[in-house]
Amino acid sequence: MEKFKLKYKPLGSISVLIGWPQKIDDVILKDIILFRSVLQSEMKGLILDSVPAYNSLTIFIDSSKIKYTDAVKKIKEVYKKIDKKKLKITSKLWQIPVCYEDEYGIDLEEISEVKKISKQKIIQIHSEIIYDVYFIGFLPGFLYLGGLSEKIHFNRKPKPRKEIIKGAVGIAGNQTGIYPRESPGGWNIIGNSPINFFDVNQKEPCFASAGDKIQFVSVDKKTYTEIKKQVNEGAYLIKNEVYG
Amino acid sequence: MKYMDNYILVLAAGLQTTIQDLGRKGFRSYGVPISGAMDKYSAILANKLLNNNEGLPVMEMAIIGPKILFEDNTCIVITGANLSPELNGKPIELNFVYKVNTSDVLSFGKLVFGSRAYLGVKDGFKTENKLNSYSYFKGITSKHIVEKGDRLEIAHYNSEFEIRSSKIKVKDYHFNSSELEVTKGPEFSRLSKKQREILFSKNFEIDNLNNRMGYQLKSEFLKIEKSEIITSSVIPGTVQLTPSGKLIILMRDCPTTGGYPRILQLTDIAINQLAQKKTGDTFKFDLEGSFSFLSRLVNRFKD
Repeated sequence: MEKFKLKYKPLGSISVLIGWPQKIDDVILKDIILFRSVLQSEMKGLILDSVPAYNSLTIFIDSSKIKYTDAVKKIKEVYKKIDKKKLKITSKLWQIPVCYEDEYGIDLEEISEVKKISKQKIIQIHSEIIYDVYFIGFLPGFLYLGGLSEKIHFNRKPKPRKEIIKGAVGIAGNQTGIYPRESPGGWNIIGNSPINFFDVNQKEPCFASAGDKIQFVSVDKKTYTEIKKQVNEGAYLIKNEVYG
Repeated sequence: MKYMDNYILVLAAGLQTTIQDLGRKGFRSYGVPISGAMDKYSAILANKLLNNNEGLPVMEMAIIGPKILFEDNTCIVITGANLSPELNGKPIELNFVYKVNTSDVLSFGKLVFGSRAYLGVKDGFKTENKLNSYSYFKGITSKHIVEKGDRLEIAHYNSEFEIRSSKIKVKDYHFNSSELEVTKGPEFSRLSKKQREILFSKNFEIDNLNNRMGYQLKSEFLKIEKSEIITSSVIPGTVQLTPSGKLIILMRDCPTTGGYPRILQLTDIAINQLAQKKTGDTFKFDLEGSFSFLSRLVNRFKD
Protein backbone atom coordinates (compact mmCIF):
# COMPACT_ATOMS: atom_id res chain seq x y z
CA MET A 1 0.00 0.00 0.00
CA GLU A 2 1.27 3.45 -0.92
CA LYS A 3 2.32 6.08 1.57
CA PHE A 4 0.79 9.52 1.42
CA LYS A 5 2.49 12.87 1.24
CA LEU A 6 1.41 14.35 4.55
CA LYS A 7 1.21 17.97 5.62
CA TYR A 8 2.09 19.07 9.13
CA LYS A 9 0.64 22.24 10.63
CA PRO A 10 0.26 23.55 14.15
CA LEU A 11 -3.27 23.79 15.57
CA GLY A 12 -2.77 26.04 18.54
CA SER A 13 0.52 25.64 20.29
CA ILE A 14 0.12 22.15 21.70
CA SER A 15 -1.13 20.12 18.79
CA VAL A 16 0.13 18.88 15.46
CA LEU A 17 -2.44 18.71 12.68
CA ILE A 18 -1.46 16.03 10.17
CA GLY A 19 -3.22 16.36 6.83
CA TRP A 20 -3.93 13.74 4.15
CA PRO A 21 -5.19 14.52 0.62
CA GLN A 22 -8.49 16.45 0.61
CA LYS A 23 -10.95 13.64 0.02
CA ILE A 24 -13.02 11.07 1.88
CA ASP A 25 -11.60 7.67 1.09
CA ASP A 26 -11.36 4.39 2.99
CA VAL A 27 -7.69 3.93 2.05
CA ILE A 28 -6.95 7.22 3.83
CA LEU A 29 -9.07 6.08 6.78
CA LYS A 30 -6.99 2.90 7.12
CA ASP A 31 -3.75 4.87 6.88
CA ILE A 32 -4.88 7.28 9.62
CA ILE A 33 -5.99 4.48 11.94
CA LEU A 34 -2.74 2.57 11.48
CA PHE A 35 -0.57 5.67 11.94
CA ARG A 36 -2.52 6.68 15.05
CA SER A 37 -2.11 3.28 16.63
CA VAL A 38 1.66 3.17 15.90
CA LEU A 39 2.12 6.71 17.24
CA GLN A 40 0.30 5.82 20.45
CA SER A 41 2.88 3.14 21.20
CA GLU A 42 5.98 4.81 19.70
CA MET A 43 5.35 8.14 21.41
CA LYS A 44 3.82 6.85 24.61
CA GLY A 45 3.99 9.45 27.36
CA LEU A 46 4.49 12.31 24.92
CA ILE A 47 0.97 12.29 23.50
CA LEU A 48 -1.95 13.50 25.61
CA ASP A 49 -4.71 12.81 23.10
CA SER A 50 -5.28 12.23 19.39
CA VAL A 51 -8.27 13.03 17.22
CA PRO A 52 -8.77 11.31 13.86
CA ALA A 53 -11.10 12.86 11.26
CA TYR A 54 -11.84 12.13 7.56
CA ASN A 55 -8.46 13.24 6.25
CA SER A 56 -6.62 14.49 9.29
CA LEU A 57 -5.14 13.34 12.56
CA THR A 58 -4.52 15.81 15.36
CA ILE A 59 -1.90 14.89 17.93
CA PHE A 60 -2.03 16.75 21.24
CA ILE A 61 1.48 16.74 22.64
CA ASP A 62 2.66 17.12 26.21
CA SER A 63 4.56 20.38 25.81
CA SER A 64 6.27 19.93 29.18
CA LYS A 65 8.06 16.88 27.71
CA ILE A 66 8.56 17.66 24.03
CA LYS A 67 8.78 20.79 21.91
CA TYR A 68 6.48 21.26 18.91
CA THR A 69 9.29 21.10 16.35
CA ASP A 70 10.78 17.97 17.94
CA ALA A 71 7.34 16.35 18.04
CA VAL A 72 6.85 16.97 14.31
CA LYS A 73 10.30 15.51 13.57
CA LYS A 74 9.53 12.42 15.62
CA ILE A 75 6.05 11.98 14.07
CA LYS A 76 7.56 12.18 10.56
CA GLU A 77 10.15 9.53 11.45
CA VAL A 78 7.47 7.20 12.79
CA TYR A 79 5.43 7.53 9.58
CA LYS A 80 8.46 6.83 7.43
CA LYS A 81 9.25 3.65 9.35
CA ILE A 82 5.76 2.14 9.25
CA ASP A 83 5.83 -1.17 7.43
CA LYS A 84 2.29 -1.62 6.25
CA LYS A 85 2.77 -5.22 5.23
CA LYS A 86 3.73 -6.26 8.74
CA LEU A 87 1.04 -4.31 10.54
CA LYS A 88 -2.60 -5.13 10.54
CA ILE A 89 -5.34 -3.36 12.38
CA THR A 90 -8.28 -5.52 13.32
CA SER A 91 -11.62 -3.84 13.32
CA LYS A 92 -15.05 -4.87 14.49
CA LEU A 93 -18.38 -5.02 12.71
CA TRP A 94 -21.21 -3.90 15.00
CA GLN A 95 -24.85 -4.83 14.36
CA ILE A 96 -27.01 -1.88 15.34
CA PRO A 97 -30.75 -2.55 15.75
CA VAL A 98 -32.97 0.22 14.32
CA CYS A 99 -36.75 0.51 14.35
CA TYR A 100 -37.78 2.24 11.10
CA GLU A 101 -41.53 2.20 11.90
CA ASP A 102 -43.56 5.41 11.36
CA GLU A 103 -43.43 6.36 15.04
CA TYR A 104 -39.64 6.87 14.70
CA GLY A 105 -39.03 7.27 10.98
CA ILE A 106 -40.77 10.62 10.86
CA ASP A 107 -39.17 11.81 7.62
CA LEU A 108 -39.32 8.53 5.67
CA GLU A 109 -42.58 9.53 3.98
CA GLU A 110 -41.08 12.78 2.63
CA ILE A 111 -37.90 11.10 1.36
CA SER A 112 -40.01 8.40 -0.25
CA GLU A 113 -42.18 10.98 -2.08
CA VAL A 114 -39.32 13.18 -3.26
CA LYS A 115 -37.05 10.31 -4.26
CA LYS A 116 -39.88 8.14 -5.65
CA ILE A 117 -38.57 5.14 -3.74
CA SER A 118 -40.84 3.11 -1.44
CA LYS A 119 -40.24 3.37 2.30
CA GLN A 120 -39.51 -0.36 2.34
CA LYS A 121 -36.82 0.09 -0.30
CA ILE A 122 -35.21 3.02 1.58
CA ILE A 123 -35.01 0.87 4.71
CA GLN A 124 -33.54 -1.99 2.71
CA ILE A 125 -30.89 0.25 1.09
CA HIS A 126 -30.03 1.86 4.43
CA SER A 127 -29.65 -1.43 6.30
CA GLU A 128 -27.82 -3.55 3.73
CA ILE A 129 -24.71 -1.35 3.57
CA ILE A 130 -21.68 -1.91 5.79
CA TYR A 131 -20.60 1.57 6.92
CA ASP A 132 -17.12 2.72 7.92
CA VAL A 133 -16.76 4.57 11.21
CA TYR A 134 -14.49 7.45 10.20
CA PHE A 135 -14.34 9.19 13.56
CA ILE A 136 -16.41 10.46 16.48
CA GLY A 137 -17.23 14.17 16.76
CA PHE A 138 -19.99 16.82 16.96
CA LEU A 139 -21.44 15.28 20.16
CA PRO A 140 -19.93 12.72 22.55
CA GLY A 141 -20.53 9.38 20.83
CA PHE A 142 -21.65 10.76 17.44
CA LEU A 143 -20.19 8.47 14.77
CA TYR A 144 -19.26 9.92 11.39
CA LEU A 145 -20.15 7.11 9.00
CA GLY A 146 -19.06 6.72 5.40
CA GLY A 147 -20.75 4.69 2.69
CA LEU A 148 -24.36 5.90 2.41
CA SER A 149 -25.84 4.89 -0.94
CA GLU A 150 -26.28 7.78 -3.36
CA LYS A 151 -29.85 6.60 -3.98
CA ILE A 152 -30.87 7.91 -0.57
CA HIS A 153 -28.73 11.05 -0.25
CA PHE A 154 -31.11 13.75 1.02
CA ASN A 155 -30.42 17.38 1.93
CA ARG A 156 -30.65 18.67 5.49
CA LYS A 157 -33.94 20.24 6.55
CA PRO A 158 -33.94 23.96 5.72
CA LYS A 159 -35.04 24.66 9.29
CA PRO A 160 -33.48 22.48 12.01
CA ARG A 161 -35.80 20.86 14.57
CA LYS A 162 -35.55 22.21 18.10
CA GLU A 163 -35.23 18.72 19.49
CA ILE A 164 -34.35 15.39 17.98
CA ILE A 165 -34.69 12.47 20.38
CA LYS A 166 -31.86 10.25 21.60
CA GLY A 167 -31.16 7.32 19.29
CA ALA A 168 -32.63 9.04 16.20
CA VAL A 169 -31.10 7.73 12.97
CA GLY A 170 -30.81 10.42 10.32
CA ILE A 171 -29.68 11.31 6.83
CA ALA A 172 -28.06 14.64 5.89
CA GLY A 173 -26.72 14.99 2.38
CA ASN A 174 -24.35 12.07 1.81
CA GLN A 175 -24.08 11.26 5.51
CA THR A 176 -26.01 9.03 7.89
CA GLY A 177 -25.66 8.97 11.66
CA ILE A 178 -27.26 8.37 15.05
CA TYR A 179 -27.95 11.08 17.66
CA PRO A 180 -26.29 9.77 20.87
CA ARG A 181 -28.47 12.09 22.96
CA GLU A 182 -31.29 14.55 22.39
CA SER A 183 -30.13 17.60 20.48
CA PRO A 184 -31.37 20.24 18.08
CA GLY A 185 -30.63 19.20 14.51
CA GLY A 186 -31.42 19.42 10.84
CA TRP A 187 -31.06 15.79 9.81
CA ASN A 188 -33.92 13.83 8.21
CA ILE A 189 -34.99 11.20 10.71
CA ILE A 190 -35.69 7.71 9.39
CA GLY A 191 -35.63 5.54 12.51
CA ASN A 192 -34.42 5.08 16.08
CA SER A 193 -31.89 2.80 17.74
CA PRO A 194 -32.39 1.60 21.34
CA ILE A 195 -28.61 1.33 21.86
CA ASN A 196 -26.51 3.70 24.01
CA PHE A 197 -23.79 5.22 21.84
CA PHE A 198 -22.20 7.01 24.75
CA ASP A 199 -22.06 5.76 28.32
CA VAL A 200 -20.10 7.99 30.65
CA ASN A 201 -19.84 5.23 33.26
CA GLN A 202 -17.93 2.81 31.03
CA LYS A 203 -14.15 2.77 30.86
CA GLU A 204 -14.49 3.06 27.08
CA PRO A 205 -17.49 5.41 26.90
CA CYS A 206 -18.20 4.56 23.26
CA PHE A 207 -18.16 0.92 22.10
CA ALA A 208 -17.11 1.73 18.53
CA SER A 209 -13.95 3.47 17.46
CA ALA A 210 -12.61 4.96 14.24
CA GLY A 211 -11.93 2.20 11.71
CA ASP A 212 -14.76 -0.06 12.93
CA LYS A 213 -17.76 -1.03 10.77
CA ILE A 214 -21.46 -0.57 11.43
CA GLN A 215 -24.47 -2.31 9.96
CA PHE A 216 -28.06 -1.39 10.76
CA VAL A 217 -30.51 -4.21 11.42
CA SER A 218 -34.21 -3.44 10.99
CA VAL A 219 -36.27 -4.48 14.03
CA ASP A 220 -40.00 -4.13 14.79
CA LYS A 221 -41.39 -2.06 17.65
CA LYS A 222 -41.76 -5.10 19.91
CA THR A 223 -38.11 -6.11 19.52
CA TYR A 224 -37.06 -2.46 19.88
CA THR A 225 -38.89 -2.20 23.21
CA GLU A 226 -37.41 -5.49 24.41
CA ILE A 227 -33.85 -4.39 23.49
CA LYS A 228 -34.38 -0.98 25.09
CA LYS A 229 -35.41 -2.71 28.33
CA GLN A 230 -32.27 -4.87 28.24
CA VAL A 231 -30.10 -1.81 27.48
CA ASN A 232 -31.55 0.01 30.50
CA GLU A 233 -30.84 -3.01 32.70
CA GLY A 234 -27.29 -3.14 31.35
CA ALA A 235 -27.96 -6.63 30.01
CA TYR A 236 -27.83 -5.98 26.25
CA LEU A 237 -24.72 -6.98 24.36
CA ILE A 238 -24.33 -5.42 20.93
CA LYS A 239 -23.70 -8.17 18.39
CA ASN A 240 -20.25 -7.83 16.88
CA GLU A 241 -17.63 -9.79 15.01
CA VAL A 242 -14.02 -9.27 14.00
CA TYR A 243 -13.96 -7.80 10.52
CA GLY A 244 -11.22 -7.89 7.91
CA MET B 1 -33.21 26.31 59.46
CA LYS B 2 -31.25 23.11 59.77
CA TYR B 3 -27.84 23.22 58.09
CA MET B 4 -26.22 20.34 56.26
CA ASP B 5 -22.58 19.89 57.22
CA ASN B 6 -20.09 19.97 54.32
CA TYR B 7 -22.45 21.72 51.92
CA ILE B 8 -23.39 25.03 50.40
CA LEU B 9 -26.96 25.80 49.33
CA VAL B 10 -27.65 27.77 46.15
CA LEU B 11 -30.29 30.42 46.91
CA ALA B 12 -30.21 31.97 43.41
CA ALA B 13 -28.52 30.56 40.33
CA GLY B 14 -27.16 33.59 38.47
CA LEU B 15 -26.30 33.31 34.79
CA GLN B 16 -24.31 30.42 33.28
CA THR B 17 -23.11 29.30 36.73
CA THR B 18 -21.15 26.03 36.52
CA ILE B 19 -18.44 24.04 38.27
CA GLN B 20 -15.19 23.93 36.29
CA ASP B 21 -11.66 22.66 36.67
CA LEU B 22 -8.92 22.78 34.02
CA GLY B 23 -10.77 20.46 31.67
CA ARG B 24 -11.37 16.90 30.56
CA LYS B 25 -8.33 15.47 28.84
CA GLY B 26 -7.88 12.29 26.87
CA PHE B 27 -11.46 11.75 25.64
CA ARG B 28 -11.51 13.96 22.57
CA SER B 29 -11.51 10.98 20.23
CA TYR B 30 -14.92 10.02 21.70
CA GLY B 31 -16.23 13.45 20.78
CA VAL B 32 -15.96 14.74 24.36
CA PRO B 33 -15.16 18.49 24.57
CA ILE B 34 -12.29 19.60 26.75
CA SER B 35 -14.42 22.08 28.78
CA GLY B 36 -12.80 23.65 31.86
CA ALA B 37 -12.75 27.21 33.18
CA MET B 38 -13.26 29.81 30.44
CA ASP B 39 -10.64 32.04 32.06
CA LYS B 40 -8.09 29.53 33.31
CA TYR B 41 -5.83 32.23 34.63
CA SER B 42 -8.46 33.39 37.13
CA ALA B 43 -9.47 29.84 38.07
CA ILE B 44 -5.85 28.91 38.80
CA LEU B 45 -5.37 32.14 40.74
CA ALA B 46 -8.35 31.30 42.99
CA ASN B 47 -6.84 27.92 43.85
CA LYS B 48 -3.35 29.30 44.38
CA LEU B 49 -4.59 31.97 46.79
CA LEU B 50 -6.28 29.21 48.81
CA ASN B 51 -3.15 27.04 48.74
CA ASN B 52 -5.17 24.49 46.77
CA ASN B 53 -3.87 22.33 43.97
CA GLU B 54 -4.34 24.59 40.91
CA GLY B 55 -6.58 22.07 39.14
CA LEU B 56 -9.28 21.81 41.81
CA PRO B 57 -12.87 22.62 40.77
CA VAL B 58 -14.10 26.20 41.25
CA MET B 59 -17.46 27.84 40.57
CA GLU B 60 -17.63 29.87 37.37
CA MET B 61 -20.25 32.60 36.97
CA ALA B 62 -20.93 35.10 34.20
CA ILE B 63 -22.39 38.64 34.29
CA ILE B 64 -24.90 37.85 37.07
CA GLY B 65 -23.55 35.97 40.07
CA PRO B 66 -25.40 33.43 42.24
CA LYS B 67 -26.48 33.77 45.87
CA ILE B 68 -24.99 31.16 48.15
CA LEU B 69 -25.63 30.06 51.74
CA PHE B 70 -22.72 28.36 53.49
CA GLU B 71 -23.83 25.45 55.63
CA ASP B 72 -20.34 24.79 56.96
CA ASN B 73 -17.13 26.68 57.72
CA THR B 74 -14.57 27.19 55.00
CA CYS B 75 -12.32 29.77 53.34
CA ILE B 76 -13.26 31.40 50.05
CA VAL B 77 -11.77 33.68 47.44
CA ILE B 78 -13.26 35.39 44.39
CA THR B 79 -11.17 36.07 41.30
CA GLY B 80 -11.79 37.25 37.74
CA ALA B 81 -14.53 39.75 36.92
CA ASN B 82 -15.78 42.24 39.49
CA LEU B 83 -19.44 41.36 40.08
CA SER B 84 -19.54 43.40 43.33
CA PRO B 85 -19.34 40.44 45.74
CA GLU B 86 -20.81 40.81 49.23
CA LEU B 87 -20.59 38.62 52.29
CA ASN B 88 -23.63 39.01 54.55
CA GLY B 89 -24.43 42.23 52.71
CA LYS B 90 -21.00 43.80 53.14
CA PRO B 91 -18.74 44.35 50.12
CA ILE B 92 -15.68 42.09 49.94
CA GLU B 93 -12.46 42.34 47.95
CA LEU B 94 -11.44 40.32 44.94
CA ASN B 95 -8.36 38.08 45.14
CA PHE B 96 -8.49 38.05 48.93
CA VAL B 97 -9.13 35.03 51.12
CA TYR B 98 -12.06 35.28 53.56
CA LYS B 99 -13.04 32.89 56.30
CA VAL B 100 -16.75 32.06 56.17
CA ASN B 101 -18.93 30.39 58.78
CA THR B 102 -22.12 28.37 58.77
CA SER B 103 -25.11 30.60 57.84
CA ASP B 104 -22.98 33.20 56.00
CA VAL B 105 -24.43 34.36 52.68
CA LEU B 106 -22.39 35.29 49.61
CA SER B 107 -24.11 37.41 46.99
CA PHE B 108 -23.18 39.46 43.95
CA GLY B 109 -24.37 42.74 42.53
CA LYS B 110 -23.48 45.07 39.70
CA LEU B 111 -20.95 44.11 37.03
CA VAL B 112 -18.03 46.54 37.33
CA PHE B 113 -15.49 44.98 34.95
CA GLY B 114 -14.85 41.72 33.12
CA SER B 115 -17.44 39.04 32.47
CA ARG B 116 -16.65 35.87 34.42
CA ALA B 117 -15.84 35.49 38.12
CA TYR B 118 -14.60 32.43 39.98
CA LEU B 119 -15.46 31.33 43.50
CA GLY B 120 -12.82 29.09 45.02
CA VAL B 121 -13.33 27.22 48.30
CA LYS B 122 -10.65 25.61 50.46
CA ASP B 123 -9.93 22.11 49.05
CA GLY B 124 -12.28 22.66 46.08
CA PHE B 125 -15.88 21.68 45.36
CA LYS B 126 -16.57 17.98 45.91
CA THR B 127 -19.00 17.51 43.02
CA GLU B 128 -19.03 14.41 40.82
CA ASN B 129 -15.97 13.56 38.77
CA LYS B 130 -16.74 12.09 35.32
CA LEU B 131 -14.06 11.05 32.83
CA ASN B 132 -11.30 12.53 35.02
CA SER B 133 -12.84 15.99 35.36
CA TYR B 134 -15.31 17.92 37.50
CA SER B 135 -16.24 20.30 34.68
CA TYR B 136 -20.00 20.43 34.12
CA PHE B 137 -21.06 19.34 30.64
CA LYS B 138 -24.46 18.17 29.40
CA GLY B 139 -24.52 14.42 28.93
CA ILE B 140 -21.26 13.91 30.84
CA THR B 141 -22.03 15.19 34.34
CA SER B 142 -25.56 14.74 35.68
CA LYS B 143 -25.86 18.50 36.13
CA HIS B 144 -24.77 20.95 33.45
CA ILE B 145 -25.66 24.15 35.22
CA VAL B 146 -25.90 25.27 38.86
CA GLU B 147 -29.55 25.85 39.78
CA LYS B 148 -31.48 27.35 42.67
CA GLY B 149 -31.87 24.77 45.43
CA ASP B 150 -28.74 22.78 44.50
CA ARG B 151 -26.59 21.61 47.39
CA LEU B 152 -22.89 21.33 46.49
CA GLU B 153 -20.45 19.50 48.70
CA ILE B 154 -17.40 21.28 50.10
CA ALA B 155 -14.81 20.35 52.71
CA HIS B 156 -15.27 21.47 56.30
CA TYR B 157 -12.36 23.78 57.07
CA ASN B 158 -12.09 25.44 60.39
CA SER B 159 -8.45 26.10 61.12
CA GLU B 160 -7.12 29.62 60.79
CA PHE B 161 -5.99 30.30 57.27
CA GLU B 162 -2.78 32.20 57.01
CA ILE B 163 -4.20 35.08 55.04
CA ARG B 164 -1.64 36.63 52.77
CA SER B 165 -1.44 40.27 53.63
CA SER B 166 -0.64 41.58 50.17
CA LYS B 167 -3.65 41.89 47.92
CA ILE B 168 -3.04 40.66 44.41
CA LYS B 169 -3.96 43.02 41.61
CA VAL B 170 -4.57 41.47 38.23
CA LYS B 171 -3.41 43.63 35.33
CA ASP B 172 -6.19 45.67 33.70
CA TYR B 173 -5.40 44.37 30.22
CA HIS B 174 -6.53 40.91 31.31
CA PHE B 175 -10.06 42.39 31.28
CA ASN B 176 -9.99 45.25 28.78
CA SER B 177 -7.25 44.45 26.29
CA SER B 178 -8.24 45.85 22.91
CA GLU B 179 -6.13 43.28 21.07
CA LEU B 180 -6.27 39.50 21.14
CA GLU B 181 -3.14 37.63 20.18
CA VAL B 182 -3.56 35.04 17.42
CA THR B 183 -1.54 32.73 15.21
CA LYS B 184 -2.46 31.62 11.68
CA GLY B 185 -5.00 28.81 11.45
CA PRO B 186 -4.66 25.81 9.11
CA GLU B 187 -6.82 27.48 6.39
CA PHE B 188 -5.37 30.99 6.76
CA SER B 189 -3.92 30.67 3.26
CA ARG B 190 -7.42 30.70 1.76
CA LEU B 191 -7.74 34.39 2.62
CA SER B 192 -6.93 36.99 -0.02
CA LYS B 193 -4.52 39.84 0.64
CA LYS B 194 -7.49 42.19 1.01
CA GLN B 195 -9.16 39.88 3.52
CA ARG B 196 -6.00 39.65 5.58
CA GLU B 197 -5.74 43.42 5.67
CA ILE B 198 -9.31 43.72 6.91
CA LEU B 199 -8.82 40.91 9.41
CA PHE B 200 -5.94 42.68 11.16
CA SER B 201 -7.14 46.26 10.92
CA LYS B 202 -10.85 46.07 11.71
CA ASN B 203 -12.44 46.31 15.13
CA PHE B 204 -14.66 43.28 15.68
CA GLU B 205 -17.72 43.46 17.92
CA ILE B 206 -18.98 40.53 20.01
CA ASP B 207 -22.51 39.43 19.06
CA ASN B 208 -25.08 38.42 21.68
CA LEU B 209 -24.53 34.79 20.65
CA ASN B 210 -21.69 34.17 23.07
CA ASN B 211 -21.38 31.44 25.66
CA ARG B 212 -19.10 28.61 26.78
CA MET B 213 -19.28 27.00 23.30
CA GLY B 214 -18.16 30.02 21.35
CA TYR B 215 -18.36 33.74 20.60
CA GLN B 216 -19.91 34.90 17.35
CA LEU B 217 -18.66 38.25 16.06
CA LYS B 218 -21.12 40.81 14.78
CA SER B 219 -19.13 42.29 11.96
CA GLU B 220 -19.69 40.72 8.58
CA PHE B 221 -16.50 39.52 6.98
CA LEU B 222 -15.69 38.89 3.35
CA LYS B 223 -16.91 35.56 2.07
CA ILE B 224 -14.37 33.17 0.65
CA GLU B 225 -14.81 30.95 -2.34
CA LYS B 226 -13.98 27.59 -0.77
CA SER B 227 -16.20 28.13 2.23
CA GLU B 228 -16.18 24.65 3.76
CA ILE B 229 -13.57 22.08 4.72
CA ILE B 230 -13.79 18.33 5.14
CA THR B 231 -14.69 18.00 8.84
CA SER B 232 -11.51 18.15 10.93
CA SER B 233 -10.26 18.98 14.45
CA VAL B 234 -11.07 22.23 16.18
CA ILE B 235 -9.94 23.36 19.63
CA PRO B 236 -10.81 26.20 21.99
CA GLY B 237 -9.56 29.43 20.44
CA THR B 238 -10.07 28.29 16.84
CA VAL B 239 -11.53 31.14 14.73
CA GLN B 240 -13.92 29.75 12.10
CA LEU B 241 -15.17 31.61 9.04
CA THR B 242 -18.72 30.49 8.17
CA PRO B 243 -20.07 30.47 4.58
CA SER B 244 -22.21 33.55 5.36
CA GLY B 245 -19.09 35.53 6.32
CA LYS B 246 -19.51 35.41 10.08
CA LEU B 247 -16.55 34.77 12.35
CA ILE B 248 -17.00 32.39 15.28
CA ILE B 249 -14.36 31.99 17.97
CA LEU B 250 -14.71 28.58 19.59
CA MET B 251 -14.44 28.43 23.36
CA ARG B 252 -13.92 25.75 26.03
CA ASP B 253 -17.12 23.71 25.45
CA CYS B 254 -16.73 23.59 21.65
CA PRO B 255 -17.19 20.30 19.77
CA THR B 256 -14.05 18.34 18.89
CA THR B 257 -14.53 18.71 15.12
CA GLY B 258 -15.94 21.27 12.72
CA GLY B 259 -16.47 21.91 9.02
CA TYR B 260 -15.62 25.59 8.54
CA PRO B 261 -12.23 27.02 7.54
CA ARG B 262 -10.01 27.66 10.59
CA ILE B 263 -8.46 30.97 9.71
CA LEU B 264 -6.93 31.99 13.05
CA GLN B 265 -6.09 30.50 16.42
CA LEU B 266 -6.20 32.46 19.68
CA THR B 267 -3.29 31.93 22.04
CA ASP B 268 -4.08 30.58 25.51
CA ILE B 269 -3.76 34.04 27.02
CA ALA B 270 -6.12 35.47 24.40
CA ILE B 271 -8.75 32.80 25.21
CA ASN B 272 -8.64 33.85 28.87
CA GLN B 273 -8.95 37.51 27.84
CA LEU B 274 -11.88 36.80 25.52
CA ALA B 275 -13.61 34.89 28.35
CA GLN B 276 -13.70 38.23 30.20
CA LYS B 277 -15.43 40.03 27.30
CA LYS B 278 -19.15 40.30 26.69
CA THR B 279 -21.79 41.31 24.12
CA GLY B 280 -20.92 44.64 22.50
CA ASP B 281 -17.23 44.64 23.46
CA THR B 282 -14.82 45.22 20.57
CA PHE B 283 -11.24 44.14 19.85
CA LYS B 284 -8.68 43.65 17.09
CA PHE B 285 -6.79 40.49 16.14
CA ASP B 286 -3.06 40.82 16.71
CA LEU B 287 -0.97 38.42 14.66
CA GLU B 288 2.21 37.24 16.36
CA GLY B 289 4.23 35.26 13.90
CA SER B 290 6.93 33.82 16.08
CA PHE B 291 6.16 30.38 17.32
CA SER B 292 8.90 30.23 19.93
CA PHE B 293 7.58 33.42 21.47
CA LEU B 294 4.22 31.70 21.78
CA SER B 295 5.50 28.53 23.34
CA ARG B 296 7.23 30.60 26.00
CA LEU B 297 3.90 32.14 26.90
CA VAL B 298 2.13 28.84 26.72
CA ASN B 299 4.46 27.30 29.24
CA ARG B 300 3.20 29.81 31.74
CA PHE B 301 -0.45 29.11 31.02
CA LYS B 302 -0.24 25.50 30.03
CA ASP B 303 -3.36 23.55 29.11
